[in-house]
Amino acid sequence: MQLKQLANISAALAAASCAVLGQDAQAGTVLDDWQFNSAILLYNETDRVSAGEAILSARGDFGDDKYLNLGLVVDALTGASATGAVAQPGVQSFTRPSGKGSYDVAPGDTPLDDTFHDTRVQLDASWEQPLAPNWRVSGGGHLSKEYDYLSLGVNGSVARDFNQKNTTVSMGLAYSHDTISPEGGVASGFAPMLLRSNFADDDSYQAAFDATRDRADDTKDTVDMLLGLTQVINRDWLMQFNYSLSMADGYMTDPFKLVSVVNSNGEVQQNLYESRPDKRTKHSVYWQNKLHLGGTYLDASYRYMWDDWELKSHTADVKWRFPVSEQWYVEPQLRYYQQSAAEFYLPFLQQSDSLPQYASADYRIGKMSTYTLGAKFGTKLAAGNELSFRIALYQQNPEQDGADAPGVLANVDLYEKVTAVMAQVSYSF
Amino acid sequence: MRITKLQGCAALVLVLSQVTACSSLGVKPWERDVLAKEEMALNAAPLDNRLDDHIYFSKEGSSGGRSFAGGGCGCN
Repeated sequence: MQLKQLANISAALAAASCAVLGQDAQAGTVLDDWQFNSAILLYNETDRVSAGEAILSARGDFGDDKYLNLGLVVDALTGASATGAVAQPGVQSFTRPSGKGSYDVAPGDTPLDDTFHDTRVQLDASWEQPLAPNWRVSGGGHLSKEYDYLSLGVNGSVARDFNQKNTTVSMGLAYSHDTISPEGGVASGFAPMLLRSNFADDDSYQAAFDATRDRADDTKDTVDMLLGLTQVINRDWLMQFNYSLSMADGYMTDPFKLVSVVNSNGEVQQNLYESRPDKRTKHSVYWQNKLHLGGTYLDASYRYMWDDWELKSHTADVKWRFPVSEQWYVEPQLRYYQQSAAEFYLPFLQQSDSLPQYASADYRIGKMSTYTLGAKFGTKLAAGNELSFRIALYQQNPEQDGADAPGVLANVDLYEKVTAVMAQVSYSF
Repeated sequence: MRITKLQGCAALVLVLSQVTACSSLGVKPWERDVLAKEEMALNAAPLDNRLDDHIYFSKEGSSGGRSFAGGGCGCN
């Protein structure tokens, strides 16, 4: 019953749009040429971040191989996120990044800032059409807004088919301009995290806090280039190679992350706001294979990424779809990811050392491996509609990279593992 | 290290040139029955890929590859 209702949404939307346009409400006359995909994802980390994300995308067929793609994404995020500060044998107090309010962290616990709650809305649109025989072009843009972040971008690509469409060469360019406006302003590099309890009154605290913030917002510009080669190998095998270059210029520091300064016994003397370089150039090569193997469909890809922050990563991703009946299929999914640490990643700073030019204790740019183990179950419904369910376990395993833990740090977990569960429902109509 | 990277790029170019130059690769238009199935599309599950890319972009130090790395915050 429920499925039948969902299956009728397309017709209902068509009827509704006809009504809006003042036409006769003949279901299907306008939206017959549109294909809709929708999905809801729930992401939940143990004791940390929870997120919900909903997507609706629409693809309109305007004839002559011309298509309009529209997308809407809404996501909401809440929970606690690692600050970068180290765990200690005693209770630690932290000021929230906005400067307003504080929180305590229990002995031995990895410091987490539990104030994260944000809602993001993203809109995107693109148009694609043939340009000449064997040539296709597309162009589009996106707008993404959350409480303290705005991203605007445009992109375009051109593709040329060769060899009876067995070979396709493509090139794409994208530009995005991002603005971050963290509450309380942007902390200057290595600004100390101040505690209200160290000041006599609110005014002197606020004056000192304001002195650590030198601007209300900052920006980042990113230019991406993608070169692609698609090759049909044989009737059951398709291959894709991509090289991509991404150049970012601007504010790439995480305004909410800290680095602890410890003495020779590993005791925290001070927490500083992190500081990252304002330029980053990333390269990646990506190789994807689609194989039809005895009625099953294998999607296997590998990516190698390297950048001038000295972060290198390997990603292997395998999805294998097995039909289990006329309508149903099951698709096990496995992803493995491994990265080396960025050159300025430091789990903590030593008081005896001079301050480096850049430092971040964010485990997400430290040495780490992750894996995702999941499965998708899907069924084809009437009129070509499809319903699918996906569930996955995502495990992050940060690793020690060099730096020995002095004194009390030897007895706390500096590289805490993170486990997340993802559940997704998708419906195409 | 630089030589290794260079060698890697050279090997990739060699593979690409072999793949594109080899005339026995590919199929005739009437042999596209399997390739035309939606399961064989390179981006067969665009929303799954989009959701995954967003999660991994926020949780790991890498992004892009399949498509543009793009902007965004990922500050959490």
